[in-house]
Amino acid sequence: MTALLKVENLVTEFGGSSAKPGLRAVNDVSFSIERGKVLGLVGESGSGKSVTGFSIMRLLEKPGRIASGRVIFDGTDIANCSEEEMRRLRGKRIAMVFQDPTMTLNPVLTIGTQMVEAVQAHENVSKDVARQRSRDALARVGIPSPEERLSAYPHQFSGGMRQRVAIAIALLHKPDLIVADEPTTALDVTIQSQIISEFQKLTEESNTAVIWITHDLAIVSRLADDIAVMYAGRLVETGPVTKVLTDPHHPYTAGLIASVPSQNRRGEPLRQIRGMTPAIHRLPQGCSFRTRCDRATDGCLVMPPLLPEEDRSFRCIHPVLKETA
Amino acid sequence: MVTSIIRRLIQALFVIVAMTIIVFIGVSVIGNPVDILINPDANQAERARVIAHYGLDQPLWKQYLLFLQGLLQGDFGNSFVYGRPALGLILERLPATLELAITALAIAIVFGLPLGLYAGLYPNRVSSKLIMSGSILGFSLPTFWVGLMLIMVFSVELGWLPTNGRGTTAELFGTQWSFLTGEGLRHLLLPAFNLALFKTSLIMRLTRAGVQEVLPQDYVKFARAKGLRERRVIAVHVLKNLMIPVVTIIGLEFGSLIAFSVVTESIFAWPGMGKLIIDSINLLDRPVIVAYLMMMVLLFVVLNFIIDICYTILDPRIRLDAKA
Repeated sequence: MTALLKVENLVTEFGGSSAKPGLRAVNDVSFSIERGKVLGLVGESGSGKSVTGFSIMRLLEKPGRIASGRVIFDGTDIANCSEEEMRRLRGKRIAMVFQDPTMTLNPVLTIGTQMVEAVQAHENVSKDVARQRSRDALARVGIPSPEERLSAYPHQFSGGMRQRVAIAIALLHKPDLIVADEPTTALDVTIQSQIISEFQKLTEESNTAVIWITHDLAIVSRLADDIAVMYAGRLVETGPVTKVLTDPHHPYTAGLIASVPSQNRRGEPLRQIRGMTPAIHRLPQGCSFRTRCDRATDGCLVMPPLLPEEDRSFRCIHPVLKETA
Repeated sequence: MVTSIIRRLIQALFVIVAMTIIVFIGVSVIGNPVDILINPDANQAERARVIAHYGLDQPLWKQYLLFLQGLLQGDFGNSFVYGRPALGLILERLPATLELAITALAIAIVFGLPLGLYAGLYPNRVSSKLIMSGSILGFSLPTFWVGLMLIMVFSVELGWLPTNGRGTTAELFGTQWSFLTGEGLRHLLLPAFNLALFKTSLIMRLTRAGVQEVLPQDYVKFARAKGLRERRVIAVHVLKNLMIPVVTIIGLEFGSLIAFSVVTESIFAWPGMGKLIIDSINLLDRPVIVAYLMMMVLLFVVLNFIIDICYTILDPRIRLDAKA
């Protein structure tokens, strides 16, 4: 099976030009995802996971730009296609769900207007047909009395409901890929759980692939097929979720898993990774995680390559290995 | 909605009553019209007769009550100078001022909004920077100086446009309007442009600031993520949010255009209300000053009311009758 999306050596910079490099928010990132699969893109704040998502959508805010690398979607490199070609893909074949549902919908337009325009952006249909489609889409994400809700404004909805609307919009055209940028982070836990199941059900129905960007490992373990862990703009570990979460090789991944509260014993202090994510304009030489890592040696002063091992890979010369003995 | 309208109307009434007191007392302390009205050679008996005629011999509170009594019957009193009802004098001049203010506002919107939008969308272009520097000149240069310069350049040097007056007018709805004739339009152009300059700069800067505030919002990104054409993103998603502050300012500024067109009207000898009020202040023609100020209070009250209604149309979050 060929990959639906293949990101190859993606570099996204803020500022700079072809002559002079800017700040690298995403550095040499490669991964791929197949139809209907879910990839969990994990990392701390500032690790470059959201920028990766926006790079795929080509919705980077200036002065952000894709400096090099390829984003191959269904056979064509969309990192270099024209703005109009990209517009035709957005919403139609690649959709996106944002982090904060209170900010994603335009406060001065009705839900109906915002859905109808999304339908009409890609299909030459009448307003009535578009409205009909929108109503069905709202019903599908579990919004009661969708006909009335179409005439309502976003502020008349709760956060969870708004995220359902955003998901309904993302699913309008049954896209091949959805980039979900922490879509449940701003919601409370019970709603989170509902939204995740809903999302899972709907994407399975339409065989949609999902890149789920999050810092929540619990969600990834529940939802994703594969995981990619980012640190300071680079991938540090990738592989199938079951393998990576039960047997992490990169010390950073291991640290992340250890700091999930349920992994800790009652009465013990919560475990954490010492130090802070370095700012991207002041990365240490060599492995970026070196300064926070207990295993670091002089060998870490050189950036290690991604080392493959069966269907996974990791970027560390002192990997954590489960004692098999 | 209805209760809120009633509540607002009652508030407006209080504002108007309070303003009558302030205006009446204020005008009474700025000078004694008797000194100007009466021939210095007049004898004592004649003086007393004139003072009594205008009711100036009464104590201030009684004058105020008499004024209020007249006001309730729509009578602002007679002008000391013209001997005719003050309100009539003002209403006669209203079309000229209205015409000037509306033209100026139209110029300000037609230029200010697109230029501000452009400067906001492409902040790094040289042309945007030129626009923004130009706007600084636009609202820091004094109106009277710009007016004089306009006359110098376009009337005196180039001889393209006339310097003063309304030119030939044509009748519509029983009043005379300049914009209906070609020559009247030529007369209208310079004063309207002069009056519009400040407002254009203001709307421009406001629009630009609005664009820069709205563009980075998630809902704009989301609109793009839906695959909308850029034109729709700007014209619907950005512009509609932008209009909320812009409409407020346009509404309030329209009031100030009418109320403070004094300078422009004086320079271009435009026979509007501004010219009338300046003349009346010079002559201490109390009834006209009071009537003018009351009209302005009423104007601002009405404008604010209209702005509030526009708000509820533009911004559903403050729509009072909205179903939750």
